Amino acid sequence: MSMRTPLGRVRGLGSAKSGTEDFWWQRLTAVALVPLSIAVIVIGMGLLGRNHAAAVQILGSPLVAIVMLLFIVTSAYHMKLGMQVIIEDYVHGESAKLTLLIANIFFSIAVAAAAVYAVLKLSFGVV
Amino acid sequence: MAEAVKNPRPLSPHLQIYSPMLTMMMSIVHRITGAALYFGTLLVAWWLIAASSSPNAYATFQGFVGSLVGCLILFGYTWALIHHMLGGIRHLAWDLGYGFGPAEREWLARATLFGSIVLTLLLWIVGYLMMGGQR
Repeated sequence: MSMRTPLGRVRGLGSAKSGTEDFWWQRLTAVALVPLSIAVIVIGMGLLGRNHAAAVQILGSPLVAIVMLLFIVTSAYHMKLGMQVIIEDYVHGESAKLTLLIANIFFSIAVAAAAVYAVLKLSFGVV
Repeated sequence: MAEAVKNPRPLSPHLQIYSPMLTMMMSIVHRITGAALYFGTLLVAWWLIAASSSPNAYATFQGFVGSLVGCLILFGYTWALIHHMLGGIRHLAWDLGYGFGPAEREWLARATLFGSIVLTLLLWIVGYLMMGGQR
């Protein structure tokens, strides 16, 4: 058993001076996602009833593609941060928590990568 | 001194001690809609990947979204997105220090719920009209 006091053992392990980073990015991405989500709703509704050729043309046009890319990357980061909070709140077993935290990051990046790839493919006219 | 840390500390009252309130329900719904949107991104990714793949893949996506189950999922996604967005704006106002008063927070909670339902229905009516009332 250590003779050190609880306070002594945590001294020097404290603030990494970046403790509010997740909080800040959650808010920053939230602010960005308000106009971006509205834009994506408009784009999605603009494709209603249109065929594949029209969808390719609209999704591949520069402005739409850039909005889609911003939406994908911003929402992927926002949802990664949000799910991390949910996991940290409800999962208390260390191994389960670690597994889920890793899965959360992998899922967020994989979905974003797939969607970004699709938009770039549409934009560069490979379809 | 190590055992001082292991002693079970008194816990603050948890959820079941409180009677349900609108603001509390809205907080829970904000988290649930967030988690739903997390998996809803799969739908967005499918949409984009299908469009970038082939007319057949896009037709499959359109077929799913046009089906009853697809419509329900898309309707749920629309509502979750708008509800989470309005709830998020409410949270941003709180972060800036506004809207904490007893009357204000109740009003904000009602406005978020009412606004999300009305906006979702409005979008779907517009969408339905854009489709020429086919579905």
